Amino acid sequence: MKKSSEAFKNWLLSGSDPLEEEMIETLSDEESEKHEQTDESSRIRKERKSLKEYLYEKGMYRPARIVCSIGLCLMLIVMLMGTVMDMPYFGQADTLVNSELSEFYVEKTLEHTGATNIITGIILNFRGFDTLGESHVLFIAVCSVIILLKMSPSEENPRLYTSDREDQKDEDLVLSSLTRFLFPLICMFGVYIILNGNISPGGGFSGGAVIGAGLILYLSAYGYKRIRRFFTFKTFKVVSCLALISYTSSKTFHFITGANEIHVPIPLGTPGTIFSGGLLLPLNIFVGLVVACTMYALYTLFRKGDF
Amino acid sequence: MELWQNLPVALIILPLVCAPICSVSKPRFSRFLALFASVMASLLSVMLIIRVSATGTSYVYKMGEYGAPFGNELFISGAEAAVSLMFSIVMALSLFAGLRRIGQEIDDSRKSLFYTVCVLLLTAIQALAFTNDIFTGFVFLEITTIAAGALIFVRNKEGSLFAAMRYMIMNLLGSGLFLLGICVFYTLTGHLLFPQMKESVQLLVEGGRYIRPLSVSLLLITVGLAIKSALYPFHTWLPNAYSGATPAASSMLSSLVSKAYIFLLIKILVRAVGLDVFTMTGVNDVIFIYAVIAIVLGSVDAVREHNVRRMVSYSSVAQIGYIFMAVSYGSVSGMAAATFHIIAHSLAKSMLFPAVDRLTEVSGGNENFRDIRGSGFRAPMAGLAFVIGAFSITGIPFMGGFVSKIYVATSAHDYGGWVMLISLGALAVSTVLNVLYFLRTVLTIYRPGERYQLTKDQSTRPVLTGALMLFMLLNIALGIWGMPIMRLIESSIAAW
Repeated sequence: MKKSSEAFKNWLLSGSDPLEEEMIETLSDEESEKHEQTDESSRIRKERKSLKEYLYEKGMYRPARIVCSIGLCLMLIVMLMGTVMDMPYFGQADTLVNSELSEFYVEKTLEHTGATNIITGIILNFRGFDTLGESHVLFIAVCSVIILLKMSPSEENPRLYTSDREDQKDEDLVLSSLTRFLFPLICMFGVYIILNGNISPGGGFSGGAVIGAGLILYLSAYGYKRIRRFFTFKTFKVVSCLALISYTSSKTFHFITGANEIHVPIPLGTPGTIFSGGLLLPLNIFVGLVVACTMYALYTLFRKGDF
Repeated sequence: MELWQNLPVALIILPLVCAPICSVSKPRFSRFLALFASVMASLLSVMLIIRVSATGTSYVYKMGEYGAPFGNELFISGAEAAVSLMFSIVMALSLFAGLRRIGQEIDDSRKSLFYTVCVLLLTAIQALAFTNDIFTGFVFLEITTIAAGALIFVRNKEGSLFAAMRYMIMNLLGSGLFLLGICVFYTLTGHLLFPQMKESVQLLVEGGRYIRPLSVSLLLITVGLAIKSALYPFHTWLPNAYSGATPAASSMLSSLVSKAYIFLLIKILVRAVGLDVFTMTGVNDVIFIYAVIAIVLGSVDAVREHNVRRMVSYSSVAQIGYIFMAVSYGSVSGMAAATFHIIAHSLAKSMLFPAVDRLTEVSGGNENFRDIRGSGFRAPMAGLAFVIGAFSITGIPFMGGFVSKIYVATSAHDYGGWVMLISLGALAVSTVLNVLYFLRTVLTIYRPGERYQLTKDQSTRPVLTGALMLFMLLNIALGIWGMPIMRLIESSIAAW
């Protein structure tokens, strides 16, 4: 117990990862000597100052400041609690939230959009512009993480690049046999959620997250070699690019026809079947593809040795 | 609806379609796409402002079949068109001016993504300028925040990661406060579109109900956006971020990102809250105090700085103080002055960063005052651009900054009382300090130094020179023909 707390303190103060140190210690003497010469990361670690020194230099380690910021946070908490006391109770009848807006959404969404699931009707039709922006938030988040973490093989630290990719241990028997059984089920469930987005709870965002989780499970169980047979960095780029462009263009079509009062007869179909709700089904599919790719990409990029 | 009224949606969608293509293509092609998108956006906004000012009307653009109060909307009037025009032009010119440095400072593997981020930033700020819906504002504000973070750390230089980290912490705090404010606001008013929110707010104020939560939510929104646009006590992330990024990115950060937040705040205050409620809650007094402190202390910080690029960054703190001071009067003329100052300052500041970069480049890459001596002779065009930009920010007549300072002072005069005295005093002190640090720099770059010769540098930068010339023309044009633009902005804000 004491040892672990010390390790935590070390990590906190000196900025070095206790697990990494252990890994280096387990190497034999001969190897570690060679390691010292070749491994850039240990050199960098030696030169790196401790976190405390660094913060002190930058003028951020001052007890008075810490006390001040805690006081500020407490003040904010008290202010927000006071506000919550004054706000209308949940479900109170005479507030402005219970306006014609929610009534319209509850009663007329089916009629106007053909979606039994009101939420899908709202986010993809009435407030489609917000959702278009939201998908691009995901896209730009992935772009930023790629800028920050994607490494090319030529970069100075080859060990960091290859660590997870080449040193993959043997498949874990339990995990891989379970995955063989679970992966198809998870993917099918994800596809089901996406396709039924307009008639039952769910939709592109949740279904895409499920498929992304399935891909992550597959990667953890079988390793990079197997998943690269069908999902590489190129697949990710092409799929998310095409999905975003089709999404943007179909929404633009919707915006322009809607604003200019051009009535394009897109059949709304029979409510309650998969092929209903006009553009909602393809939109859900595009969103689902973007979200699935994003989830998987974020996971792999935060692992050592990305895609 | 006439055909030209579709221009705003074209302005938003064109970069949005270019962004995914940029991310998958080779650096050269994505550079072409980013330049193409920003130049096209500038042309489209020129067309838009011509039509809007000719008809003199404002209109609502439904994003989809259903307009208010059920769906998303855009709202277009003279002020929006002017700000959007400034955004597109600054984006295009700062990309052109910083093109060479982007090539040098950013790894090949990251270039396409850099252009992707720029293009998405263009979309987001256009959407922020035109939105008629507070939640659309939040969504595109998120894109702007992440894009700005990426612009800082894309350079992958020592220090830029630290700057980006600081930037992210402060800005996410700001986003969080803004979102909390929206939540409280929605719970009280039941609407997300600006005009409907305003009606509900008027109802609540007349009935005297929920005044306290209303003021708290207004405070949260204002403080959130003030943190994001670096008002004084929250400006600590700014100098590192601006001086650590590549010049094109510094221009975008200083003149697009923070200005888009302030313009969104002005729209929310005028169109969703109402100026009478804004002054009634007393939030404007809070902003006023911090704005005055920002004006004085930002200038003092800039005077103390020995690094030219950091000095230019610190001067942004003071300028943002001016804008918030004009906002805090809570009058139509104050808001119009703030909008005009946004335009004037953005045009000047986005020219200063590439100019300073060129001046330091011909001085062996050193950014200290004693090293850039005589650099105005080595790089004549950059020296001239720096002089024009410095004159504009200081407020020399025939420059954009002069006109905007006059309008800020006039709206302070309209407010009257102590506020007028303090504002005019702050303006005077800060103008003196501006002269102190900007004109000192102007003198420095034209003073012979020992280390480098005074002859013209052999290397030529035709693209940079062209971009700087356009920037200078725009700054002077804004100073000479400022009146019609100001009239357009003021009449449209009065009609909001």
